[in-house]
Amino acid sequence: MEAFGLLLHGFAVLLTWKTLMLMMVGLVLGIFVGVLPGLGGPNGVAILLPLTFTMDPTSAIVMLSCIYWGALFGGAITSILFNIPGEAWSVATTFDGYPMAQQGRAAEALTAAFTSSFIGSLVAVLLITFLAPMISSFALKFGPPEFFAVYLLTFCSFVGLGREAKHKTVISMSLGLLLAGIGMDTVSGQLRMTFGSSELLRGINFLVAVIGLFGISEILLTMEERLALRGHAASISLRVVLGVWKDLPRYWVTLLRSSIIGCWLGITPGGAIAASFMGYNLAKRFAKDPESFGKGRIEGVFAPETAAHASGTSALLPMLALGIPGSGTAAILLGGLMVWGLNPGPLLFVEHKDFVWGLIASMYLGNVVGLVLVLTTVPIFASILRVPFAAVAPMIVVSCAIGAYAIQNAMFDIWLMLGFGIVGYVFKKIGIPLAPFTLALVLGNRAEDAFRLSMIGSGGDLKVFWSNGLVGSITTLAIVLLFWPAIGGLLARIGWTKATKSAGGKNIS
Amino acid sequence: MKAVMTVAAALWVAPALAGWEPTKPVEIVVAAGAGGASDQMARMMQAAIQKNNLMKQPMVVSLKGGASGAEALMYMKSSEGDPNKVLLAYSLIYMLPLSAKIPFNWRELTPVSVIALDQFVLWDNSAGPKTVKEFVDAAKAASSPFKMGGTGSKREDHVLTVFLEQKTGAKFSYLPYKSGGEAATQLVGNHTESNVNNPSENLEVWRAGQVRPLCVFDKERISYTAKVTDTQSWADIPTCKEEGVDVQYLMLRAMFLPGKVTPEQRAFYVELFHKVTQTAEYKDYMEKQALKPIFLTGKDMVQFLEEDDATNKSLMTEAGFVAK
Repeated sequence: MEAFGLLLHGFAVLLTWKTLMLMMVGLVLGIFVGVLPGLGGPNGVAILLPLTFTMDPTSAIVMLSCIYWGALFGGAITSILFNIPGEAWSVATTFDGYPMAQQGRAAEALTAAFTSSFIGSLVAVLLITFLAPMISSFALKFGPPEFFAVYLLTFCSFVGLGREAKHKTVISMSLGLLLAGIGMDTVSGQLRMTFGSSELLRGINFLVAVIGLFGISEILLTMEERLALRGHAASISLRVVLGVWKDLPRYWVTLLRSSIIGCWLGITPGGAIAASFMGYNLAKRFAKDPESFGKGRIEGVFAPETAAHASGTSALLPMLALGIPGSGTAAILLGGLMVWGLNPGPLLFVEHKDFVWGLIASMYLGNVVGLVLVLTTVPIFASILRVPFAAVAPMIVVSCAIGAYAIQNAMFDIWLMLGFGIVGYVFKKIGIPLAPFTLALVLGNRAEDAFRLSMIGSGGDLKVFWSNGLVGSITTLAIVLLFWPAIGGLLARIGWTKATKSAGGKNIS
Repeated sequence: MKAVMTVAAALWVAPALAGWEPTKPVEIVVAAGAGGASDQMARMMQAAIQKNNLMKQPMVVSLKGGASGAEALMYMKSSEGDPNKVLLAYSLIYMLPLSAKIPFNWRELTPVSVIALDQFVLWDNSAGPKTVKEFVDAAKAASSPFKMGGTGSKREDHVLTVFLEQKTGAKFSYLPYKSGGEAATQLVGNHTESNVNNPSENLEVWRAGQVRPLCVFDKERISYTAKVTDTQSWADIPTCKEEGVDVQYLMLRAMFLPGKVTPEQRAFYVELFHKVTQTAEYKDYMEKQALKPIFLTGKDMVQFLEEDDATNKSLMTEAGFVAK
């Protein structure tokens, strides 16, 4: 197989001491920025980009992409230990990861998160290795109607499959959509809801919102309830790790499903965030006992982490093959490619084999090394839980503030973050889920643009969402998912299958 | 020994003391998102300055693409007197205040130099019509209007589309995407029939044989004659005027400092960017992206800006894009 030979060549390019050193440096830095809430992969890569200008492109991309892998691994750590997502895509990991930590199973949860991250990336890399040309042509099939259908599917799966009361999910989502509308409207070229403030011009960055909603609000809640971290130091040993690995095969369906969702959303840019939510929701839907999700179920960690990593990794493919970044980090790497004198596009795979296959080989190696690295450091991270809350909390708040500021170098964003912290606190108190809000803030703009572009293109005809097999099936699936509880109930009434046992009114708590 | 070194250092620094020099890292403010043409250009300059040691302080790229670039403009406006920020501007400085009523006027900033002019090219899918005439005929004959992809609303691409309609009589549905890169892939994927991307935005898909350049919106052809694809160079693309569609538009790429900086500070940057235009990195970049070389500063630059502003204003007014 040609790809296999090229891959071996990639490994040959890669296996020098210098490159391996850079890889380790990248991974450690990445885990570090991933752990700090707010300081994410994009920041890490952006800060270090100028250092790479004088390197050769392959070493440079290996180091920068390793920062990215490291950040993908690191994001899960604070989600599980403190209920504060280190990265926006690890929000869904908190749902079950944090309860596990509270039950004293922190080590198990961390192992599960890292392992599933690894599996997600591996599937995505395999896909890139062997199916790159096919996938790029698949990505080209996506015009505005197709994009809108994908976003619609994500929203609908949330309403239809979410564990919270439907009306609360819809309220939360609508508020997110409203805030997503702030700033410049690309389609009309007009400003909306900025009220003459130049701070509001750029709109509300969802990362700032995530940091406030999850990070600050969690600190507020903890302060109110008791001045101690609710996690327990766990005993970590090789036995725990092996125990989790031994159980892995039982969850192969979840892992596979999440990998597919992740790869798909990475390639068509839906993003790692949407992928992790969708992975979680679908895992819950297809479980025999959905009620146990959210109470510390290991599958609830596997599902979002696998999807997020599959998506984060596969997002590099459209960047390389089409010059369209599938994620924020990919966009910054794209800028780097130009500086190193490489032009992402269809010809990159033909003209710069060393670079492309070196990068792909580094994805394999970087993920293996990264997995070993994070697993061996689990005891260190878990021991953070033994530090008194009074010492950790201020550090978390400072890290949140730095993270919020760093995204756009704006002081205003720190105030915004604190505001969102209070909103998050209130929402948690009155039981409004935060995840739909976040999702709407992330995808709201893109969904709106895609919808309006579809309408301009079709002259206002809604039939465009069923105009070909691809868009038609996604749209139909979205609508089925939206009304799934009702459909499930109906099917149950006519006496159909066990899957409906939990559907319908039952999961409206 | 230490004293000797201090004296030596003082002597060595002495000539530089004559002028002003930045004392902290300099920010290049980019009025667009990551990966776009402005970002690429800023990164090229960052690399050129770093590799050739043109400045002691490091240069950092700061992306302020929010609100279609309005964020960068307001940021520059509020940085009055700060000589450590330079804006890499393009025609948004004329257009945004008109279309979105952003309270900004480029005359409040300090012009440093115009460093390049960017071209616009009419592109279609390589499976589509082969000449401008065939393209226009096909657009007129089509049952639903041809879709024209572009970046943003009421901006360069949109203005060009309106003028194309006026000159040819064909109708287009203009689809404003978020970036030129997106407009390029949407054309390749046949979701639009054409776009008016800058050369850099469509370069890679052209080289891959997925799109075809129909004509360039300039008085003369692009000067670069090195082959880009197997058969064509930039210079082989006819002008739109040659093809019977008399529409011209060039977009400036210029550097600005915030308002109220001293003449010494301005002089430093004029010198710096002049040096940048002499580097191999810059020249290479200009050719690769098919930019038109130009270097204007001082009175020439202001005169150019005034004329360019007037042109843009009349185009925007005629296209009906000026907000009331």
